[in-house]
Amino acid sequence: MATRFLLAAAIATLGFIGLIPAVQAQTAAPTATVASGPVALRGAGATFPAPLYQKWIDVYTKANPTLAIEYKVVGSGEGVKRFLENSVDFGASDAALSDEQIAKAPGGATLVPATAGAIVLAYNLPDVKGVLKLSREVYADIFLGKIRNWNDPKIQVLNPDIKLPNLTITLVARQDSSGATYAMTNHLSAISAAWRNQGPGVGKVIDWPGISMVAPGNEGVAGRIKRSWGSIGYVEYGFAKRLGLPMAHLENKAGVFVEPNLNSGQATLAANVSQIPGNLRVFLPDPDGENSYPIVTFTWLLLYDRYPNPQKSATLKGFVNWALSDGQGYSIDQGYIPLPENVATLARAAVNRVQ
Amino acid sequence: MASHHFDHVDRSGSVSGPPSAGDYVFDRGFRGVAWLSAVFILALVVYIVIEIGGKALPAFSEYGFGFLTSTTWNVQTGQFGILPEIWGTLYSSLLALIIGGVFGVAIAIFLTQDFLHGHLAAVFRTIIELLAAIPSVVYGLWGIYVLIPLLRPVANWLHGEFGFVPFFGTSLSGPGLGPAALVLAIMILPTVASISVDALHQVPYKVKEAAYGMGTTRWEAILKVMLPTAGSGILAALVLGFGRALGETMALAMLIGNSNQISLSLFSPANTLAALLASSFPEAGPVEVRALMYAALVLLAITLIVNAIGLAVMKFATRKFEAER
Repeated sequence: MATRFLLAAAIATLGFIGLIPAVQAQTAAPTATVASGPVALRGAGATFPAPLYQKWIDVYTKANPTLAIEYKVVGSGEGVKRFLENSVDFGASDAALSDEQIAKAPGGATLVPATAGAIVLAYNLPDVKGVLKLSREVYADIFLGKIRNWNDPKIQVLNPDIKLPNLTITLVARQDSSGATYAMTNHLSAISAAWRNQGPGVGKVIDWPGISMVAPGNEGVAGRIKRSWGSIGYVEYGFAKRLGLPMAHLENKAGVFVEPNLNSGQATLAANVSQIPGNLRVFLPDPDGENSYPIVTFTWLLLYDRYPNPQKSATLKGFVNWALSDGQGYSIDQGYIPLPENVATLARAAVNRVQ
Repeated sequence: MASHHFDHVDRSGSVSGPPSAGDYVFDRGFRGVAWLSAVFILALVVYIVIEIGGKALPAFSEYGFGFLTSTTWNVQTGQFGILPEIWGTLYSSLLALIIGGVFGVAIAIFLTQDFLHGHLAAVFRTIIELLAAIPSVVYGLWGIYVLIPLLRPVANWLHGEFGFVPFFGTSLSGPGLGPAALVLAIMILPTVASISVDALHQVPYKVKEAAYGMGTTRWEAILKVMLPTAGSGILAALVLGFGRALGETMALAMLIGNSNQISLSLFSPANTLAALLASSFPEAGPVEVRALMYAALVLLAITLIVNAIGLAVMKFATRKFEAER
């Protein structure tokens, strides 16, 4: 009753105003039945998809004014921790939960891939024009601290058109526990035997070799690179693009140097996720395909299997379903790769199983 | 009880009189408050040490003294060591002390040894003391946006020409030990300068007159008479400056580059204990918090030891000059 009344009132008001932007009407339509009273949702996690999530929340809550969604940008590690402590309504992480973690989640956990992004090697070499190309061996050696200077012959030989400066290579890595670090180290471990066998391993936080600085969050790393000559670090594509940082072209598994952008990211997903496991946990440590950009990762929303409050559950499902359908349209603008249709369909099915 | 001695004074109606009952209460009360304050401060120091020590104890029993010599800081594997931070703390503070100490004492000589007219000297001194009023975070921002861009071409030229010297072994990318130490030097300058000025002011004018009377030049009088006589005060200034440099946090967290490594190079990024604490606490889990508490205890111990050494040196120096006088 109340719902129908609210809906009628909303339509009447909008009709009275007369000017309804088309987008708003579209986004509002699938959810108006859910938002029946003021609801507040709290989430926390990854910095990597944060700009996209903020955009989603912005658009969605404008269309549903009774709903308040808060997303705290704290990094994947902290997001997973808060999710497992049950101090949020949803979590977000660039590294999917392990089986042990899922077992620990109060009320079970559903992993929903929300978007995907390319992790780029952004660098700061003043006075260098042209784009740097790095082979698999060379960028693994850079992150291992084996290549320590930019004018190293191994880098120069790949970039004959560029005059590389005599500057020390300073790595910029993430200080906080982060899914970007996980994706990066997972990739390095897949492509480099030295990393796999003697290197610092794979994880959300590792002890970086070489001359490395650490900074908090994707924006922290991007900002540090922007201010530091001779630095190179890994950040999500959108963050590097917003700051105008140059990004190295990386050699992929097929031996082709690929520019990081949304097309090459989409090519990676198209070539590698035709098969996806039922738990939606996919990592692409070393993707196949000639046009594939080599470091691409999904990022996940973490939902509980059961919510004690049915209204909260319904609202959250409404929001996530919207994000997985119409919301994907905002991905490219924010520098993310929209989910392939087969993944989005499976993800929506997983959301609908949440109670 | 003692008041009856003064009874005749009271009767004389003069302005002076024996202390009234109110005066006694006030006097006793004031003494009590003074005692309480002193005891409170002591208790506070003891409480802080016990609190940090207690929180650090689990980490101490787990990592032992290996914590001080290990160079790994990995939350995921639970390996913690702070040798790079200890190194960075001492190295940056020592550099700051050398730079800030030389400039601070030179300024003190300039302001006290009749190079300037009295009023002008007072104005200069106020300006230098104003440096102490600038917030740490402002120093940090100034370092990032002004000092580093100024320093970078020089540092990279030095690296290019003299890269074989270990001190110039890396280029300066941005944040690093060099800019951090320079900003630290400026931050300890007011402490060093104003205490040294006081120390030099305390040397009786007659001493200088006597030196001139014996035919010394101005420089001989300053270097061989004034400075040694004010030596204990100047040492105190340097020790206090060093102590301040050891504990400085915000500006360093912004400028030093948070790098977990040991390098002799002045331009390499590094880390200090205070910067590690400031940057790691907000997101630390319980295991890391224990390790950070241990690191805090180490910082506390280093500061206490430095101050104790400073006091001992001052005592020794004072005695020496008193004996010579």
